This record gives sequence, structure tokens and C-alpha cells, in this order.
Amino acid sequence: MLDLKGYGPSLLDGAVITIELAFLSLALSLVLGLVGASSKLSNSRFLRITATTYTTLIRGVPDLVMMLLLYYGGQVAVNNISDYLYKVYEVDFFFQFDPFISGVLTIGLIFGAYMTETFRGAFLAVDNGQIEAAKAYGFNRWHTFRRIIIPQMLRHALPGLGNNWQVLLKTTALVSIIGLTDMVRVAEQAAKAERSPFLFFIPVALMYLLVTAGSEILIKWLNKRANVGVIRGD
Amino acid sequence: MADNAPLICRDIHKKFDELEVLKGVSLETCKGDVVSMIGSSGSGKSTFLRCINLLETPTSGDVIVHGDPIRFKTNRKGERVPADNRQVELIRAKLSMVFQSFNMWSHMTVLENIIEAPIHVLKVPRKEAIERAENYLHKVGIYERKDYYPAQMSGGQQQRAAIARALAMEPEVMLFDEPTSALDPELVGEVLKVMQGLAEEGRTMIVVTHEMAFARDVSTQVLFLHQGVIEEQGTPDKVFDNPDSERMKQFLAPNF
Repeated sequence: MLDLKGYGPSLLDGAVITIELAFLSLALSLVLGLVGASSKLSNSRFLRITATTYTTLIRGVPDLVMMLLLYYGGQVAVNNISDYLYKVYEVDFFFQFDPFISGVLTIGLIFGAYMTETFRGAFLAVDNGQIEAAKAYGFNRWHTFRRIIIPQMLRHALPGLGNNWQVLLKTTALVSIIGLTDMVRVAEQAAKAERSPFLFFIPVALMYLLVTAGSEILIKWLNKRANVGVIRGD
Repeated sequence: MADNAPLICRDIHKKFDELEVLKGVSLETCKGDVVSMIGSSGSGKSTFLRCINLLETPTSGDVIVHGDPIRFKTNRKGERVPADNRQVELIRAKLSMVFQSFNMWSHMTVLENIIEAPIHVLKVPRKEAIERAENYLHKVGIYERKDYYPAQMSGGQQQRAAIARALAMEPEVMLFDEPTSALDPELVGEVLKVMQGLAEEGRTMIVVTHEMAFARDVSTQVLFLHQGVIEEQGTPDKVFDNPDSERMKQFLAPNF
């Protein structure tokens, strides 16, 4: 049996952190992606410009730089705001950016931008006739969105979402830099102490592989469900 | 009379930017009328049909459904828009449309397609909506395909399913936008037969079509549109056999 020299439990704890981090960031990025895509496609100039600025900015800056900026810069910004609130309104407000929250916010924010592009393309791929039929039968906007646009959009979005998810999962490894004890950080410390990098990094690599491989099966299944009623050409 | 008329359109104009596609088209229907709208492509007949259920907003003119005129207002950009979206939704639910390209919702089975609007828009109980749907599927002759997805059926079957979807709304007026134009020639007949059956039942229908035989044999009223105006209007006998308009004569010439 594999002897992890007593680091087994903390590696496992780290793995749990990694997975929590990944899922929370995914949830945030999906929400941001939907909002971003809807804004980019909206009639409002203000929303379009805001969303475009967001995606351009995020996609143009390295993930690591964003993360450092948000973790260190974010705390300074929050402190300034809370100082100001206390001085002017005597409101006592404090918010501690811990590495986990910073991690979720940064990764969610970064992947929100990628999701925005994925969703935008998927929304545009929905045949207009499908939406027109919904209108012609008296659907209101929300009903059209929920019953027609979302299910048809998902067909086009899923392959891109699956891709984004896998990259997101791997990006979580960066949070070890800002001091979160995810499994990469645990492995790094253990590897240094024990001078045996293979012993610790290979299980970590396998762990990522396990989750990505599992996701791939899940995404394949979701794809099949979403594409019900679609006939593929030979 | 006017209150009972299922649909009245008065002096409909439609401009797309500078291009005036409809230059004052009016139409009055009685219950049971089958109105065929004919004319060459670009004559404005499809646009007129789409103005009736507000898929296009008329630049000016009135649409009155069963005595209820659609209210308009002017938005900030100075465009004319419906004043009350809820009113438009309610009116659309009374005017079901059959499209040239069927537009059956591709992620739903035929049955799901047919019960969707009755359940969610008309608030018909699910069980009743299913009974209704099955009844209309029998009528258009594709009951055995009710659990198929649209992509698994031929164009003719899809269009018949779309007609069942329209019927399930129990509409005041049915709008047909070139329902056979996207079909292979051998599939046109099955759809026209279903439509003829509906006409004989006394349903009020407005049909944009290139099928001259259908217009002549089935309609009670024929409108010939040319460049956004009605050039000729009347009973099929009058329009086809004894037209006043030179253009109508030219339009018919290749058919003889």
C-alpha cells in the first residue's frame, strides 16, 4: 500500500478544499456567464459596454496576476471602504478576505468571462424561428426564456462549458500561492519535507485526473440528454 | 357586425427603415372565412400576416381581434410599439400561426409541443390538454407519431403536427404563412388536405399561399397583393376568372 508518511489525511483535506473551491467557483462563473451573455446581447448600450469591458479585461490579464491583485488589493480596498464608512457614517464594518473566499471570487470572476463568451455564442445559435413560434403562441418573455431558449441554448453551450470546467478545475491549483491549503499546497510542503516529490505529486495529479475523467463522463451524459431530438448527420 | 368579426385590419402600413412594404392594407373577416393572400414574393403578404399577430409592429393602422383593438404607444426612440404586452400575448393566443418552416420546438416531442401553450398560456389542466392534443393528432392523421421528436419526422408530418399545435389553442383565427412552400412536392397534398378539412369545418383562416388551386377551390375571399397594396380582392371566381387588375391578369397568365 502507498505510504504517504502520515500526510494522507491532510492531503485528503486539501482535496476536499480543492473540490469545494472548484464547485463554488463554477457556480459563480455560471451565474456571471449568464448575466454577462444576457448583457452582451441586450438592447442597453450601458450593459453591453460593461459586459464587454469585463470580458476584455479578464481575458487579457493572467489568472495569477488577477488572483494576487484581488487577494492583496481586495483587502486593501475593503479596508479603505470600511475606514471611510466608519469615519463618515460611524458604521463599523469589517470584512476579512480569507484565501478561500479570494480564491472563489477570483476563479469565479475569471471563468465568468469565459462562460460569458460560451453562453453568448450558444444564445446566438438558437434558431430564431423557435423563439418566434413561442411569441406567436402568446408566451411571455420569461416563459420563452425558460422553456425554449435555455434548453436549446444548452445544447450549444455544453461542449464549451465542459471545457471551461476542466480548465477551471486545474486553475484551482493556483490558490496554493495565496496560502490556501488545498491539496497542491499540502503536497508541496510534504514533498519538500520528505524530499520525495513523486510520492506526493503523482497522487495529486491522479486526483485531478480522476475528477476530470469523472466530469467527462457526466458531461457526455448531459450532452446526450440535451441533444434529445437532434439527429446527427452521418 | 364589427364586434363579432374575428379579425379586422384597417389601413396597415409597415415601413422597414425607408422601405415601405405595406402601403395601407385592410381586411375584414367573418366567422368561417377562408382568406387566401396571393402575390409574388416581396409583395408584402407575409409581412401583412406577421403584422396581424404583432410579430411585426405595424407602422400605422389598427388590428382588431374580436372587437378588441390592439393598443399602441410611442417609445422613447419615437417608434410605435404595443402599449400592453399582456394584451398582445392574450391576442396572440387567439391567433395561432402555422409557419413556413414549421418551427416545431425541436427539444420537445410532438405531444409536448402541442400541450405546451395550452397548459402554460391558456392554463388548461394538463390532463385536458393531453386529451385535446390527442384528439387533434388523430384529426391530422399523425397520432401514432405523438412521441417522436420533430427531427424524426418528414416535413409534411411536421407541418401537420404544427397544425395540430395551432388547433389545440382553439383559436379564433388561424394564420398560415406559406405552409407548403418548404415541403417536397409529394408532401404538399397531405398538408393541403388537412387545411381543406379545417376550412370545411368553418374555421376562420388566413392563408398566405402560392397554391393557386387551394386559393381558388377552398377560399371564400382572395386578396392579391402587389408592392404593398391590394390590387384585387373578392371571391375566388371574381379574382381568378374575371379580374379587373392588369397585374392580376399577368400574375395568372403563367398558370394557364
